Amino acid sequence: MSQLGEGIIEAFRLIISLDEGLLRIVFLSLRISGLAIIISTFIGVPLGTLLGLKAEKKTRLVNKLIFTFMGTPPVVAGLLIYLLISRMGPFGVLGLIYTPTAMIIAQVTLATPIIAGLTMVGVRSKGTAVVETARSLGAGQGLVTWTIIKESRISILGAIITGFGRIIAEVGAVMIVGGNIEGQTRVMTTAIVLETRQGNFELAIGLGIILLLLSFIVNSFLYNIQRGGGSSD
Amino acid sequence: MTDQQALVKLKGIRKKYDHEVLNIASLALKKGQIYGLIGPSGAGKSTLLRIINLLTPPDSGSLYFHGIPAPLNGTARLTLQRKMALVFQKTLLFRDSVWNNVAYGLRARNYSHKQIELKVGPLLEQVGMEHLAHRRADTLSGGEAQRVAIARAVAFDPKLLLLDEPTANLDPRNIEIIENMITGLSRERHMTVVMVTHNVFQARRIADEVIFLDKGNIVEMGSAEKIFTNPDQEKTRLYVEGRMIY
Ligand SMILES: Nc1ncnc2c1ncn2[C@@H]1O[C@H](COP(=O)(O)OP(=O)(O)OP(=O)(O)O)[C@@H](O)[C@H]1O
Ligand SMILES: [Mg+2]
Repeated sequence: MSQLGEGIIEAFRLIISLDEGLLRIVFLSLRISGLAIIISTFIGVPLGTLLGLKAEKKTRLVNKLIFTFMGTPPVVAGLLIYLLISRMGPFGVLGLIYTPTAMIIAQVTLATPIIAGLTMVGVRSKGTAVVETARSLGAGQGLVTWTIIKESRISILGAIITGFGRIIAEVGAVMIVGGNIEGQTRVMTTAIVLETRQGNFELAIGLGIILLLLSFIVNSFLYNIQRGGGSSD
Repeated sequence: MTDQQALVKLKGIRKKYDHEVLNIASLALKKGQIYGLIGPSGAGKSTLLRIINLLTPPDSGSLYFHGIPAPLNGTARLTLQRKMALVFQKTLLFRDSVWNNVAYGLRARNYSHKQIELKVGPLLEQVGMEHLAHRRADTLSGGEAQRVAIARAVAFDPKLLLLDEPTANLDPRNIEIIENMITGLSRERHMTVVMVTHNVFQARRIADEVIFLDKGNIVEMGSAEKIFTNPDQEKTRLYVEGRMIY
C-alpha cells in the first residue's frame, strides 16, 4: 500500500513538473499513433465506403476478413510484421526493425481494419437511400461518394476514434517490432511494462494515469458525438 | 398525340422482382401536363417512377425522351437524369442546413455561388421556409421537411418532376402550399409532373390526366374529368369510388 501511495504521489509530481523523460515518451506515443491513425484513415475510410456501397452479398467474404482482422490479437500482428521486416525477413534490407516506422506499420495494420469495418457498417446503415437521393438530384459518382461520407461522418469519426483508442493503448505489437529503445521506440505502454519490471513504479504509474486520461478524453468525445450526433456541422 | 410531342415514352416496359410488378405496353407523357398516378398499394407506382428516373433499369422494354432512346448508363444517363427530379415516397434530407439541402442539385450542376443565392432564397420563401434556412434539416417537422424536399427537387428547373406521394401525412395547410407549387410550376415553367397519390380528391384537384395502375398494368388513362366521372373500366370506377376490393 505504501508503495502504491508513494508511487502515486511521485507520479503526480512527475506529471505536474512536466518531467522531461515522461513528456518525451508521451509525445513519441502521440506522434507514432497519430501518424498511424492518419494513414489508417486514408486507407480505411475509402475502403469502408466502397464496401459499404456495394451490395452486402457481393462483399460477404471481404466483410468476414475485415471483421476478423478487426479482432487480430496485437501480438500476432506484431509477430507477423516482425517476421516480414526483421533482418532476415523478405523486407529486412529496408532496415525497419526497431524503428518508429515499424511501429507505425504495426499500428496501421491494427487500426485500418477497425476504421474500414466500422466505416462500412456506418455507410451501409445509411444505405441506398442517401445514394439514390443524391443521384436523383443529379449527383455524379464523385459527389455521390462524397455525400455518403458526409452523411456517415458520425460513424466515421467514431471509427477513427475507436481505432486511435486501440493503438495508443496497445503494447504487444509495438514491443515486438519497436524493441522499446529509450528515446526512439519507447512509448507509454512499453515504458510501463519496463518500468514496472524494474520497480520504477512512479514513472509507470504516471504514464498509466496519462493513458487513462487519454482514454477518458477519447471516449468522452466518442460518447458525445454518438449521442449528440454533433450539434453543429 | 404524336411521338414528337411526347416528353417521355415507355414501350413494353417490364419489371420483375419475385413476381411481375410492372408490365406497361405503352405510355406517353406530354410536356407541361400534370399526371396523377393512382392505384392500390403494391400496384407498381413507385417502381414506375424509378424506372422513368433511370434509377432502376427495367428488365425489358425501352424509354424515350423526346423520341430518343434513354441511355441506361454512363455520362449520357447522368445528363438525362439531370433534366428530371424524383421526390421519393420516403424523403431523405441530408444532415445539413435547409439551405444546403435546397442548393444540392444546383451544386451538382456546377451553378455559381451567385446563381445559387438567386435560386435558393426565393424558393425557400415560396415554400415558407426562409426563416429556417440555416436550421439543420433533420430537426424539421414532417411538413417542413416535405416542403424542403420539393424545393430541393425543383431548384434546378427539371423538365420532368416525379413526385411519390408528396403530401402523404400532411395537414391541409401544407398540402395547399405543395399543390399550389406544383400547379404553378406546371403553368409557368411548363414542367411535366407525375404525382403519385392515394388521395383521389387530390388527383381530381390538380391533375390534368390520370393514370390508373393496378397489378403493374395501366388499367385506364384519361383526363381527370373522365376518369372520375365516367371511366371506361369498371375497375377504375370501383377504385375511384373507394369500393375496389384488393
Ligand atoms: N427492390 C425490390 N425488391 C423486391 N420487390 C420489390 C422491390 N421494389 C418493389 N418491390 C415490389 O414490387 C411491388 C410494387 O412496388 P411499388 O413500390 O412500386 O408499389 P406502389 O404502387 O408504389 O405501392 P405503395 O402505394 O404502397 O407505395 C410490390 O409488391 C413490392 O413489394
Ligand atoms: Mg409507392
